[in-house]
Amino acid sequence: MGRMMTGLLEWVDARFPLTKLWREHLSEYYAPKNFNFWYFFGSLALLVLVIQIVTGIFLTMHYKPDAEKAFASVEYIMRDVDWGWLIRYMHSTGASSFFIVVYLHMFRGLIYGSFKTPRELIWLFGMVIYVALMAEAFMGYLLPWGQMSYWGAQVIVNLFGAIPGFGQDLAIWIRGDYVVSDATLNRFFALHVIAVPLVLVFLVIGHIMALHEVGSNNPDGVEIKKKKDAKGIPLDGIPFHPYYTVKDIVGVVVFLFIFSLVVFYAPEMGGYFLEHANFEPANPLKTPEHIAPVWYFTPFYTVLRAVPNPFGGVIAMGLAIVALFLLPWIDRHPIKSWRYRSALHRANLLIFAAVFVVLGYLGTKPATPVLGEMALRFSEMYFTFFFVLWFSSRPRSPRSGWTWTVVLLGVITLYDLSRIGAGNAGLILGAWLLPAAYIALMFLGPQFAPALAKDGEVPERVTT
Amino acid sequence: MKHWILGLFLLTSVSGVWASGPGVHLDAAPVDVSNTASLQRGAKFFVNYCLTCHSAEHARFIRVAQDLGLSTELVEKYLIFTDAKIRDHMKTTMLASDATEWFGSAPPDLTLIARAKGADYLYTYLRSFYLDDTRPFGVNNRVLHNASMPHVLWRLQGWQKPVYKESEEGKHEIEALELVEGSGLLTPEAYDRVVADLVNFMVYLSEPAQLERKKIGIWVLLYLIVLGVLAYLLKKEYWKDVH
Repeated sequence: MGRMMTGLLEWVDARFPLTKLWREHLSEYYAPKNFNFWYFFGSLALLVLVIQIVTGIFLTMHYKPDAEKAFASVEYIMRDVDWGWLIRYMHSTGASSFFIVVYLHMFRGLIYGSFKTPRELIWLFGMVIYVALMAEAFMGYLLPWGQMSYWGAQVIVNLFGAIPGFGQDLAIWIRGDYVVSDATLNRFFALHVIAVPLVLVFLVIGHIMALHEVGSNNPDGVEIKKKKDAKGIPLDGIPFHPYYTVKDIVGVVVFLFIFSLVVFYAPEMGGYFLEHANFEPANPLKTPEHIAPVWYFTPFYTVLRAVPNPFGGVIAMGLAIVALFLLPWIDRHPIKSWRYRSALHRANLLIFAAVFVVLGYLGTKPATPVLGEMALRFSEMYFTFFFVLWFSSRPRSPRSGWTWTVVLLGVITLYDLSRIGAGNAGLILGAWLLPAAYIALMFLGPQFAPALAKDGEVPERVTT
Repeated sequence: MKHWILGLFLLTSVSGVWASGPGVHLDAAPVDVSNTASLQRGAKFFVNYCLTCHSAEHARFIRVAQDLGLSTELVEKYLIFTDAKIRDHMKTTMLASDATEWFGSAPPDLTLIARAKGADYLYTYLRSFYLDDTRPFGVNNRVLHNASMPHVLWRLQGWQKPVYKESEEGKHEIEALELVEGSGLLTPEAYDRVVADLVNFMVYLSEPAQLERKKIGIWVLLYLIVLGVLAYLLKKEYWKDVH
């Protein structure tokens, strides 16, 4: 038996690089030995992709992409198809899980500087995956043909309509109609089940190929390839298989536990994973009281709403995503991991994470004056973050600190002056303190509290 | 130019302030879908009082029979009033065109109403009808102002009269509803129990799988705990030689 297997493997290897691929990507792919909690999310993202594809295939067998039948076919899956409810909940929970996992994966890259030289392309592949994922999720959300599916799609497609000149024609081209309709549902179905998933799979392959070409970063941000033994194996590297395969299995089981808690006990997740209004069939004649996109879009939706002019809002939302693409060229600091960077840098990353969460929360709420003001302030802080990253990339003169403080605060204040009135003065002035404090801390902090801006010593080898 | 304005409207209207939810406090519905007796009573009220005008077009009678532990004969005899068969969907016989003529709009489908509106909303709504001469059926509703639905359960509950209070702007606002003595068959407590059963049934109806998924879930979680312990021990064994 053993000899037969060896013979078969030799036969295959003479025709296909099976053993070679296995070695290069698993058994002889040397990963740093000091991966921590944050390094589970890459393999988990892959797991969720598989869950989505497999459950998606089964859903496609019963779903009907037809404006007259779509809503009922989803209920048919929920009631009449054997285990249909489980497949559907796995798919809907999978969609939200995908974003949770990907957001944590991206934040990992941010804190350990995984986007920096020589890993810029890994980051860019990842960002394109993220954008493709947003498109995939957006089009998938139309398919149940509920009220929120319908009106959410209406709002998002109208964003393209805000582009001057050809915007309206573009929106009609995307919808295939003057409003979201059966034509839109059909094309979104096609894009959701084949076009975007295909692109996603290829992008993921590219992401992993680029990663395995340069090797993984680690929590210390130290290049393990710089110190190798006589055989050319990194001293701090261990073969991905079996070490990280067995470790990732633990991560997978913990993830599946939380995933199952949601699937079996809270599939609606309080209206965040499955919105209540989406249990009402789409009705083009009845606008819901409050349209909120699904939670994973809400940070960008808040940025959009923070700008009163529609086209300006679309530009701001676009820039909020474009800025993430440019991270490798914005943060030029030679030290990768936040472990060895200044306290201010660590604070900056934590503030950014908090700002992102608050923006997300605000996007789920109706825009009252107070929440609207907060949306603007947190959007301002979102963009300021990138200036801070660039500013703290190298030592700056006190004068440069003052200049940036005046410029950024000036822009913010000038805009405030243009919109201030008797009714909102207190609110605007009070909320002004948020970005002002952030800017002052980050741009003036280094000169008034140098200790906070002092970087640490990067060790020669990874710490355990 | 006109498209542009329309686009602007759609965009700004989304970012604008929308009138939110019902203005009244919603009472917590005592929902318990594991209470089969309550679901059975709820099913009885549902087919008697709701199904005449509303449909539950995604639900089938046979599924209700199975989940509620009722025999098909029993369901055919006591729960199906039309020529529908046991495997058919629970549809009303009222024509949508008639409904539009009589009520202004076709009554909404009730299959998913509990998931769309929430159990508390339904529980409060069905207990919030009050006399109002200005409405076509003589009643209005505190939860859904100017609801076009008549007070179908009035024989059980009786009629409620609004009690007004003078608000600061001098406008009349409803402070509470007061039952007209002896106008209904049931005491207020008994009526609340009827509505609770009815809402309980609608919560079940909105997702029949919930009975099953909660039972299966615990086994999945237990399995994952065992698997997790084994996976952790395996990891520890392999990682012994990593220093």
